[in-house]
Formats: sequence, C-alpha cells, structure tokens
Amino acid sequence: MAIESAEVENAVRGLLVDILGVSPETVAAMDDTTPLFGALPELDSMAVAGLLTEMEDRLEIAIDDDDVDGDLFETFGSLIAFVKAKVAA
Amino acid sequence: MTATLHHSIYEFEGRSEPALCFGRGHSRQILIVPPLFDEMNRVRRMLVQAMRALDGHAAGSVLIDLPGCGESAEPLSSQTLTRWRDAVASAAEQMKATHVASLRGGALIDDGATGLPRWRLAPVKGASLLKTMIRTRIAGAKEEGVVVTEAELMAAAELGPIALAGNHLGPDMVAQLAVALPSEAGRMIERKLGQDFVGSPLWMRAEPQDDAAMSANIAADWDRWSATCGG
Repeated sequence: MAIESAEVENAVRGLLVDILGVSPETVAAMDDTTPLFGALPELDSMAVAGLLTEMEDRLEIAIDDDDVDGDLFETFGSLIAFVKAKVAA
Repeated sequence: MTATLHHSIYEFEGRSEPALCFGRGHSRQILIVPPLFDEMNRVRRMLVQAMRALDGHAAGSVLIDLPGCGESAEPLSSQTLTRWRDAVASAAEQMKATHVASLRGGALIDDGATGLPRWRLAPVKGASLLKTMIRTRIAGAKEEGVVVTEAELMAAAELGPIALAGNHLGPDMVAQLAVALPSEAGRMIERKLGQDFVGSPLWMRAEPQDDAAMSANIAADWDRWSATCGG
C-alpha cells in the first residue's frame, strides 16, 4: 500500500536518525531550508548509498540512480520533495 | 563474575574457521550468525557485549566468522551464500548449538542450522545489500570523476570477481545475493527494533558506534526466548 504523503516527512526524519545517527532532536528541528549535504558531517557519499536503499525498502519506491545528484540532498526540503514525487509516481 | 570468553575454531571443508565463544559450560548454546559484509564490522562490539551479558544469564553463545570474513584465512571472492549456509551447518553441529540467532543478512543463511529454533533481528533481502554496495561503488567512482553504471557492474560481475564497497564478490555470490530472501521455514521468530526492544540500527551507520542498552536488551531477549523455546 502506498504511504500517505503526510507520512513521508516522518519517515524521512526516521531515516536520518536511523541511518546517519543524527540525534532525534536535531532532526525534529529541521525544516525545508535546513541544509543537509555539506552541513551534516554524518551525510557523506557513502552514507547516501545506504540512505537510498533504505528509502526504497521503507517507502516502497524505486530510485533510479540517474535521478540522484547533489541537489537532492541540498536541503531537508529538497529531499522531502524528491521522495514525495517518487511516492506519488 | 568474569565472563568466560575464549577464541575457538570450527572445521569447514578441511580448514579451520574462527569462532568467539562465551560461556561454553552452559547447557544453552546460541550460535550467532552475523550480518554480512561491512555491516558486521559496525555491530561486532554491540554483539559481543550482548554475548558477554548473556553469559550472565547462564547461557552460552558462539559468534562465527564466515569463511572469507573477519579473521578467516579464506578469500572472500570464492565464497557464495550456499557455502556460507553449509558453514553455518558445520558450526552448529560442531559447537553443539541449541539455538540460532541471526542479524540482517545473517538471516539469508541461518537456515543452514536445520531444525534449531531461530531468532532474527531486522532480516534483510540480499538484493538490498547488493544494491547498497553497488551504489557505494558508483558514488566512489563518481568522486574520482569516473562514470560507472549498475548495468556495467552487473555485467562485469558475471565474468569474474568485482570489488563493491571494499568487498571482492565472485559471480556466484552476486547472482545469489540478487535473489536471496530469508527462509521462512522452521521454528523462527523475528524481532523489530522499536517494537520488541529499544535499540538503534548500528549496521547502517556511516561510522562505528556502540549501544550498551541495546546489548543488554538483546541478551535479555535471547535469555527469555532460549529458555522457553527448547533446542
């Protein structure tokens, strides 16, 4: 069953805690403009690989690696927008 | 009380493979099938601390190194899931295991210990493990200015061993991972983090971490489960 759009944000917050080990407080305080890549030391290109695969498994989406570029992880808002588009597809 | 840790071995295909044991004197002996590839490294300390705590509950445990992993002398590139399943069977028999506990990708091979009750934490599909390693390889190449695609890597993997995220995997291993699912046969229970006990998915972390509370929770759960589910 497809996950509701409103649940996407919570799921992504959970992923950032689980995969990157960022504190729940830090993740809860994130909004659309919070920078991710380059701002979170935990988020390097290797961590991105695990993050993408777990996003696929938890949100039941398929991510083509050609869709993935630096902009995707620029801010919390850009990541949410990407995942919402995938869930709706 | 000092926990009774010792290093041991099990024989597989005529060679000795390493095993780490706690509490060999206890009647309950839980064989632990570790996560696969680099996920093992990220949980080893948490797992060993759980084994140490389990000894305090008067139950023993054995953590094996799979052939080609950890301190094994064998090359990783000649391993397959089939061989690892056979290695689990050999270890279960020789170490007189009464129960089997597996984490993550360990669930893909824990059915080697036929007939024993199995406990699983966060089992994962082989395809997910493979996909993450392929993505890591693609990201690493990109940082060096080289473009490589999943299709190219999978084609190369049919011809010979390929290096994925530091792991040299042979053609049969890649082919088996792509389709492997945890076996549902036999007596088995599955634990989920956050539902059955508190802990964190250390196997996914970019950097190694420890979780003392999680180790204690797992040991207590192993104790309850193995006491009520006879081997």
